[in-house]
Amino acid sequence: MRVTMTVNDEEVSGEIESRLLLVHFLRDHLSLTGTHWGCDTSNCGACTVWMDDEPVKSCTVLAAMADGRKVRTVEGLAKGEELDPVQQGFMECHGLQCGFCTPGMMMTSRALLDRNPDPSEQEIREAISGQICRCTGYATIVRSVRWAAEHEANGCPAHGSTQEEVR
Amino acid sequence: MTAVNDHETVDKKPLGHGRMLRKEDPRFVRGRGRYVDDVQLRGMLHLAILRSPVAHARIVSVDTSAAEAHPKVKAVVTGEALAEKGLAWMPTLSNDVQAVLATDKVRFQGQEVAFVVAEDHYSARDALELIDVEYDLLDPVVNARSALAEGSPVIRDDLEGKADNHVFDWETGDEAATEAVFAKADVVVTEDIVYPRVHPSPMETCGAVADYDSVEGRLTLWSTTQAPHAHRTLYAMVAGLPEHKIRVISPDIGGGFGNKVPIYPGYVCAIVASLVVGKPVKWMEDRSENLISTGFARDYIMRGEIAATHDGRILGIRTNVLADHGAFNAQAAPTKYPAGFFGVFTGSYDIEAAHAKMTAVYTNKAPGGVAYACSFRITEAVYLVERLVDCLAYELEADPAELRSQNLIQPDQFPYTTKTGWVYDSGDYEPTLREAMRIAGYDELRAEQAEKRARGELMGIGLSFFTEAVGAGPRKNMDILGLGMADGCELRVHPTGKAVVRLSVQSQGQGHETTFAQIVAEEIGIPPDDIDVVHGDTDNTPFGLGTYGSRSTPVSGAAAAMVARKVRDKARIIASGMLEASVTDLEWTKGSFAVKGDPERSVTIQEIALRAHGAGDLPDGIEGGLEAQVCYNPENLTYPHGAYICVVDIDPGTAQVKVRRFIAVDDCGTRINPMIIEGQVHGGLTDGVGMALMEMISFDEDGNCLGGSFMDYLLPTALEVPGWETGYTVTPSPHHPIGAKGVGESATVGSPPAVVNAVVDALKPFGVRHADMPLTPSRVWDAMNGRAKPSF
Repeated sequence: MRVTMTVNDEEVSGEIESRLLLVHFLRDHLSLTGTHWGCDTSNCGACTVWMDDEPVKSCTVLAAMADGRKVRTVEGLAKGEELDPVQQGFMECHGLQCGFCTPGMMMTSRALLDRNPDPSEQEIREAISGQICRCTGYATIVRSVRWAAEHEANGCPAHGSTQEEVR
Repeated sequence: MTAVNDHETVDKKPLGHGRMLRKEDPRFVRGRGRYVDDVQLRGMLHLAILRSPVAHARIVSVDTSAAEAHPKVKAVVTGEALAEKGLAWMPTLSNDVQAVLATDKVRFQGQEVAFVVAEDHYSARDALELIDVEYDLLDPVVNARSALAEGSPVIRDDLEGKADNHVFDWETGDEAATEAVFAKADVVVTEDIVYPRVHPSPMETCGAVADYDSVEGRLTLWSTTQAPHAHRTLYAMVAGLPEHKIRVISPDIGGGFGNKVPIYPGYVCAIVASLVVGKPVKWMEDRSENLISTGFARDYIMRGEIAATHDGRILGIRTNVLADHGAFNAQAAPTKYPAGFFGVFTGSYDIEAAHAKMTAVYTNKAPGGVAYACSFRITEAVYLVERLVDCLAYELEADPAELRSQNLIQPDQFPYTTKTGWVYDSGDYEPTLREAMRIAGYDELRAEQAEKRARGELMGIGLSFFTEAVGAGPRKNMDILGLGMADGCELRVHPTGKAVVRLSVQSQGQGHETTFAQIVAEEIGIPPDDIDVVHGDTDNTPFGLGTYGSRSTPVSGAAAAMVARKVRDKARIIASGMLEASVTDLEWTKGSFAVKGDPERSVTIQEIALRAHGAGDLPDGIEGGLEAQVCYNPENLTYPHGAYICVVDIDPGTAQVKVRRFIAVDDCGTRINPMIIEGQVHGGLTDGVGMALMEMISFDEDGNCLGGSFMDYLLPTALEVPGWETGYTVTPSPHHPIGAKGVGESATVGSPPAVVNAVVDALKPFGVRHADMPLTPSRVWDAMNGRAKPSF
């Protein structure tokens, strides 16, 4: 069957089997490999993307279900060269190590901040509780999201050149 | 926000050691990492593995005809087909053999039986269901305690003359001396302590892309390996390809945690498949396959005994261990250490005698044992001693902090040789313990606990004081499959003063691309941003044994410092020519040489680099270029230590344990990047809470794995762990070039006993002295109600 959807503001279409999972459509058909596949029971959230601005686990959505919908992945998080404050926050606060859960974590964090620009620690923890990270122990992810919340108004330095910022 | 005990520098870009943001992050936050499953090659096919549904059975027949008829299937390979090529079995890292694909029989549920190569991943999976295998069921051996019983089914009848399930016996320490101190002791406490089977579960599972070029006879293998050079050597041994025609590339790895040290049948299958079909072949396992078939961790059944005087002086420790190794002995450990470094079970205490005895057995379970940040079985050793000390405190009605303090090895005793022969390099334990107690507000916590206890509330405070042993290791006694555990490092400074450093170790998130640039920057004064770190490509990096056992900083970090010093020595000679001064008249300040007493006459390392590559004469005997290589053979391990305190609250109605606070004070000597150390500690503490409260790979009596997915194998989310509180002390390693010790596994080693000690402490009103992990609500409930603890 043929599906057409908007991925990161670009219209894409593909000839697919009806059983194809969205995560595989994004990774294998569109080569958007930032979205990862970490489990087979919908627990880990490494595949989290947005469908119509809502975070979904793309391993639990058929590509066919995304037909005509708007999908956003980690590759569409930055505005051109300008990083999203969430991306910046993860770098500033060491919110990632191996980087495998990071794309999904950031998509959820961005969606949280869009709804709740000043979340408490508990609200952040609840928001990311559908996602597993094996490296960070979560505390620095919480700090990263707070960093983003606190820096939204001021904007972020371009190109993610964090190293120069606070010398 | 969580209060953070942060005494760190806040430099964004140090010229050497200090907090520095990671060079890895810009690609990862953009989704531009490159992990194995991201690799796409022209014409690439996909491999899927058929696994045994049963734990123990003879294979009567395998019918692949329907799978072969599938229009998208290119090949179906069985164990028998591999046997014809002599590839059905492979050596393990413990000098046992493991079936690549089962031939005679299957020995654990999830074992590899056949594989399919197809045009796409989905079709390969479809074809698995078309393979018809007839099994003749055999009784499985599930409980290790019965593995050596008379009449127990023999799992490894493939091994010539094997008539039982015995793997090895091992012992350490002095049995007679230990018996003597136990005989004179006022108090002896005995406890049966199980460290259950758990699984490292990296977020990225294991996988590989094999690409065999039949014209050049050359194999390129992208794979999830923590030890690319060791894997290359083993593939050369298995597949018969020469080593210089094998290139192993370990790209970005989505976490390893020891899971990606062993060689798995899937890797070998992918190689065979590419050889057979002449095209690149990708194998990527799913989560269930990862949990049921790849390297598990722990599974030690320990009887521990501790002897002491009435006033709390610990005299001796002894233990008898039954080790469950699964169906094949594939644990990754140095050859002469079948029980890993379990010998450090005497912990941080100055005692008179110790003895350990161990028997390892085969069972019908997946192979493994050494994984999940265990530092070669030190998780088990530390858990044993730290639980025993708490059991002793319980019997003596002593404060567990003071009991520990009373028995700690003193700073003037280092280097300290333990009663089992380990030479601890350095330590100043008491200040570390006091720092943890200070951050925790230990006395106030005890007062709060007393008040709560009076009201019937369940609050527990648990301590753990541990000494790690990391950085394997001196090549005179440490090797894996005969390969000495030294590590190479190459440093090349380009004409414009930028540099590339090539490592033999392999990061899986530990930040090596950042910290190794910092190590070199500290020694040679080139900014870390001007130093690229290359790792994980056997064609382009020096030989070495990879990253596990927290060995990167102790071994490869030492190599990086030494190679930088070697380059600096050459730079000094070139500088002497440039400044027309003798080398002894030159003074090094980070980044430049100046003439002593005349600081105006100086040259920077960048100017020296240009001179080294440029026109003009160099001092006599000096070749052009500015580069060097070393192979670092450590003289000893490094022995970091730490003091951890956990505070739990238990709901008396549901027996649910809530970790309220966790304080971790680590001492890993010189700290290269405090931000990265803190992250390593946080991750390890989460492992500890997971293992202590949630995680277990268990089996039913038929040998069915009951923890085979994230539905049942529970990992902590952000809601199960507290905001961590960390601190540090600094006791450098005297034998390490920059005084740095390893640290990555410390928190995983040190935290489970702190959590369990806290839970048991909370349950003191119920007369509970010990309860086995994982302390799920049902187990805590059982302990509160005095029921027999579960057997395993």
